[in-house]
Amino acid sequence: MVENVMHVHGELWTVKELFVLPNEYVYWSIQIVMYPFMTGLVAGAFVLSSLYHVFGVKQLKEIARFSLVFSFALLPVAMLPLLLHLQQPFRGIHVMMTPHFTSAISAFGIVFMTYAFIVASELWFEYRKHFVLTTQALAAQPQRSSFDNLRMYFFKVLTLGAMDISNEAVQKDHRAVKKLASLGIPVACFLHGYAGFIFGSVKANALWMTPLMPVIFICSAVVSGIALCILCYVVTMEIRKFLAKRRMSRWSKDPNAPSVEELHSAEQQEIQIVSNYLLYFMIAAITLEILDLIFRGYTQVKSWDILREVIMERDFNKIFIMQYAFGNALPFLLMVLPGRTVRRTTIATVLVMFGVFMMRWNVVIGGQAFSLSFAGFMHYHLPIIPHDWETFKEGLGGAILVMVTPFVIFWFLNKIFPAFLKEEEAH
Amino acid sequence: MKRRDFMKNTIIAIAGASVPLSALEFIDPKEVLAANPEIHWAFLINTYSCVGCGFCVKACKTENDIPFEANASRTWVERYVYTKDDRRYIDSPKSALYGFTDARIDLGEHLGYQDVDPDNVGKAFFVPKLCNHCATPSCTQVCPVGATYKTDTGPVLVDRSWCIGCGYCIMACPFGARFFHPVLKVVDKCSFCYHRITKGLETACVNACPFGARKMCNIKDINDPVTKVILNERVGVLKDEFGTKPQAFYIGLASEVR
Repeated sequence: MVENVMHVHGELWTVKELFVLPNEYVYWSIQIVMYPFMTGLVAGAFVLSSLYHVFGVKQLKEIARFSLVFSFALLPVAMLPLLLHLQQPFRGIHVMMTPHFTSAISAFGIVFMTYAFIVASELWFEYRKHFVLTTQALAAQPQRSSFDNLRMYFFKVLTLGAMDISNEAVQKDHRAVKKLASLGIPVACFLHGYAGFIFGSVKANALWMTPLMPVIFICSAVVSGIALCILCYVVTMEIRKFLAKRRMSRWSKDPNAPSVEELHSAEQQEIQIVSNYLLYFMIAAITLEILDLIFRGYTQVKSWDILREVIMERDFNKIFIMQYAFGNALPFLLMVLPGRTVRRTTIATVLVMFGVFMMRWNVVIGGQAFSLSFAGFMHYHLPIIPHDWETFKEGLGGAILVMVTPFVIFWFLNKIFPAFLKEEEAH
Repeated sequence: MKRRDFMKNTIIAIAGASVPLSALEFIDPKEVLAANPEIHWAFLINTYSCVGCGFCVKACKTENDIPFEANASRTWVERYVYTKDDRRYIDSPKSALYGFTDARIDLGEHLGYQDVDPDNVGKAFFVPKLCNHCATPSCTQVCPVGATYKTDTGPVLVDRSWCIGCGYCIMACPFGARFFHPVLKVVDKCSFCYHRITKGLETACVNACPFGARKMCNIKDINDPVTKVILNERVGVLKDEFGTKPQAFYIGLASEVR
């Protein structure tokens, strides 16, 4: 007999047990876990930056600018997993061309573009003064290398011709940033709450269908976004301290450059404040998740038998040990126990992000762990070593690609929008 | 007349005229026909007649170019076996493409096959399944590009040239009727053999069923013998709790069938 080589999409990583309908597979795999995780980071980072701009939490000044740039770096990556999971990626543009508005996905293009536009314009107002100063400084140089010439023209284009940096004009910029940030908060929440709606509105899926889903998604999004910003902020500050100590980089040779002590105290102060916000959002997220679970257990509708087996038995380790114990309880304790340090907070943020990732995993993969027949189970095996394009993009390789891309983009963006501007240049 | 007055009067005239004009409804014959079509296809399955031969699955795969070796199918047959000591087994090996030639129950890759003592069987029956071509389908609702749609006469179809392959419709279908075509990489599903029924032919599965377990009818035609069964006998549908109003009706549906 000829070996069975033809695989239906999903068959390669799905193992069926007991009775599963013939066409059922884990169709939404790792990339759909990555999608809400990455959009969550975008939304969360933006909300953090808005705390300073809108609510005037002064202590967050430095991390606010950082998270705004980082949110912009994450933005294209929110779309990447969706594109990678499509069976016809080149037709992805159809969503923009012929949106079918009864579908929750169809508005993605519009919401996403609106949000991108808001973040981009906020960044522009925030950094306009920097663009003008850079252009002027480069223009003032008597002799420019061709690279500097190129930089000058690049920054000149970025100013869009608005070269006025009088106090009045800068104040106007400042007001524009505030307005955009306040507009951005609901849009960011919408962008992510709507990712929750995509799952919550699938009535065929007993685990997903709950009106709490969008709210749970928003809260956990803010949690993961803040955690990522803390982590990246600490890492960058540590690098800056390292460079300042050894006077290794160009800026550290500047006589006005911040000293190691200054950097250290700034870091301490920012982290203390931000981790409090992290705690508040964590409490909200966990409360809602537990409420959902309790409600299902208490009402015991038709699907509860199979859900109980998935949640309490088959996925127990993933849900209660990895997500709740290591991803929520442990970091919570690390942060509330007295004598909180930057190091302890950093460890907590890593755990928090792991916890949010596991939550996405347990929702997306867990929702496909049982059959529509309620009489069988499906196990998902993440493809680790790819043997074709499909097992790469919907396997570990694709997930790592999505994870790494924002950092690469951030490195480039940081050249244009320096996330750590000196006081006098920024507002 | 001043220009200002002219503009003013024009606006008043337009506003005044638009009220009675809006009372006139423009009637598109196509819309009227779609609202009250003469044909609405429905399906009738008699579970008492099905013996699980799998001819319907073979015919469907052949007619609609779904590779035999692909582990997905537009239609399939499920076997339900209940033992006297109340153990329940369900299976559908290879979607019943080759029928149920093995008395053992297929429990999946891990668990292998389960022997059931024939003397211990309380009841056992077969249930053929296919897309229900729901009256209010959840799959067409969630398609982000409108590539899957409901036709005026009932069947839910997929535009293979426009499907982006996101899988949202697969997730939204409560019946597991949809899958990705292994060769074309777009969503595939039962079309009620649209290419055949529009030419006055039967669907491939109805045509292949030797026992008359599968039948099709125009539910608008009350003189059709199959329509009469649906209207006059006690028939059931699968998973009505989802509110999709399935158009595949079953005679002898057991509550355990989901």
